[in-house]
Amino acid sequence: MSILVDRNTKVLTQGMTGATGTFHTEQGIAYGTQMVAGVTPGKGGQKWVGTLPSGEKVERPMFNTVAEAKAATGANATVIYVPPKFCAAAIEEAIDAEIPLIVTITEGVPVLDMVRVKDKLLKSKSRLVGPNCPGVITPGECKIGIMPGHIHQRGAVGIVSRSGTLTYEAVFQTTQVGLGQSSCVGIGGDPVKGTDFIDVLELFLKDDETKSIVMIGEIGGSGEEDAAQFLKDEAKRGRRKPMVGFIAGLTAPKGRTMGHAGAIVSGGKGDAESKIAAMESAGIRVSPSPARLGRTMAELLKG
Amino acid sequence: MNIHEHQAKDVLRQFGVPLANGVAVFSLDDAKRAIDSLPGPLWVVKSQIHAGGRGKGRFIEKDAGEKGGVRLGFSKEQALEHVKAMLGKHLVTKQTSAAGKQVNRIYIEDGADIEKELYLSLLVDRGSGRVAFVASTEGGMDIEQVAHDTPDKIITLAIDPSTGVTDADAAKLCDALKLADQARTDMLGLAKTLYKAFVEKDMSMLEINPLIVMKNGRVRVLDAKISFDDNALFRHPDIEKLDDKTEQDPKETEAKEWDLAYIALDGTIGCMVNGAGLAMATMDIIKLYGEEPANFCDVGGGAGKEKVAAAFKIIMKDPKVKGILVNIFGGIMKCDVIAEGVLAAVKETNLKVPLVVRLEGTNVELGKKIIRDSGLNVISANDLDDAAQKIVAAVKGK
Repeated sequence: MSILVDRNTKVLTQGMTGATGTFHTEQGIAYGTQMVAGVTPGKGGQKWVGTLPSGEKVERPMFNTVAEAKAATGANATVIYVPPKFCAAAIEEAIDAEIPLIVTITEGVPVLDMVRVKDKLLKSKSRLVGPNCPGVITPGECKIGIMPGHIHQRGAVGIVSRSGTLTYEAVFQTTQVGLGQSSCVGIGGDPVKGTDFIDVLELFLKDDETKSIVMIGEIGGSGEEDAAQFLKDEAKRGRRKPMVGFIAGLTAPKGRTMGHAGAIVSGGKGDAESKIAAMESAGIRVSPSPARLGRTMAELLKG
Repeated sequence: MNIHEHQAKDVLRQFGVPLANGVAVFSLDDAKRAIDSLPGPLWVVKSQIHAGGRGKGRFIEKDAGEKGGVRLGFSKEQALEHVKAMLGKHLVTKQTSAAGKQVNRIYIEDGADIEKELYLSLLVDRGSGRVAFVASTEGGMDIEQVAHDTPDKIITLAIDPSTGVTDADAAKLCDALKLADQARTDMLGLAKTLYKAFVEKDMSMLEINPLIVMKNGRVRVLDAKISFDDNALFRHPDIEKLDDKTEQDPKETEAKEWDLAYIALDGTIGCMVNGAGLAMATMDIIKLYGEEPANFCDVGGGAGKEKVAAAFKIIMKDPKVKGILVNIFGGIMKCDVIAEGVLAAVKETNLKVPLVVRLEGTNVELGKKIIRDSGLNVISANDLDDAAQKIVAAVKGK
């Protein structure tokens, strides 16, 4: 088992003809993901041609709309690389087409666009991961997004993170200590997003293959505190897994947005200290160093 | 993006929000005309800087007097004296650094007869994913302090984006603010107007502290602070024009032109990292080993050689920098490309301070080899821990 994606996941690419969409579709195919088709308005009926790192040429059909692409290919997931201006419309189109999993990589989507999307999402059958995230991967089966596939190794640690490159740190380190990953989910650094920590933690708690969890947060909002409360409540009901955590931004100045739109300490809320305290109170072993996530997990599992 | 109070009030005025008349001035001549154009008998003279706590702030210069950055003029002469005292001086508030911010513009406004001070703001509430009002009867005070001491005096009301502010929402706000009669009627309309302004202009925060009820029973916005969503500025060229670059660190302005996320800090170790989370984590680990970061710098996921070199040069412009740590986890970025960019910048800037480079990910061996073979004085690190320890040791001269 794994969460969200596996070898049966069939993926559309929205914004496949742009440089980013093309590159990551090629990378996905090379990884073994079923990248089945592309959606670009006005390019329906054409063929997308990509070149894999091996030099092999690959072709995929293009469609004008998500609904057409879904009907023709049986796709059950889509990945969005559409520029920020048009991104909300692309997500809304995928929701209307009832795509079960929508992964949005695009960074810089206006937050009020996301307020509108979130409202639609809550009334829909779709799950959105992102925006502004690296994507979702189940090592060896399915890679949706921009994470480098080669640092992953199939194993038993579930990883959930608000930060892209910090996710890679956690992946790399858990691979190095020989634990590997069941699935990794980047939920993204924006203030309003589709999937939050609690949603992913619920899936990891339920998943048999996931024996332990790494959770990486950062300053801003209260997603980490809410997740800590959720974990405490679940632990009372006997559901718990060993967890290692990290919070980025202990040294961040107040009131400044640290790269990610959502990473800001404002109104006396969202600082690293309170998040670390909340996570520790939920029994998470919080690593003071982002370089020791793998080792901390290995030590925790040894007991 | 933040704007000044007087600009915020101009934006709100377009939507019909009740405000006092006022004029922004940049010189004493302007000020004289502005004061003459307002009827009196009370002129409020307000320093315009991008920081809160102006009223309780203090000027560094002695000749600016002991009073804060917001002063009352009970005559034209006194109002002008206040402008003279504050213009060009440096105001220190609890939200500025110890060096303060230079007051380059002043807003002169009609005074009001205040009966009651309230607090009202709009923001994007992450929990609900909706725009929310925050309201309190405790206006004119530090709202963070109110939230800490008497959290029950603050209410939050999230607005359904599909309906906007309903009559029931507006009534709830009036109840929370304990408004009756004319003030209540005013507020029922104002709630809808403010929400409309917030959404139409893609604000990320609109804070009115205080919102006042005047002695005549009418409601008025006395102070206003607006932040806009940078990601939505493409829809608002009129708002983009309001950006006051003198409020920013020039290094941050230059970084923006290169699409780099850069924030100047007070420490000694310059950082260049890809990814916002990893960039913050790199700052944190520097502190963990006993030094302070000189900046936050995220070059992003797709940076090429030129962007890496530009980031490097911006970091080097900070005279406090005694060493640099480059930390790249090249997922999609290739380590050899990063290495070449760093080396080009090292040569071009004639780098004199220690440099530690940690590369990981795609083409890492090739990247490390390029650095090794360069003959330049670059310290290579194996992982993030190693990198942080090496740069801290180098800066401390060990």
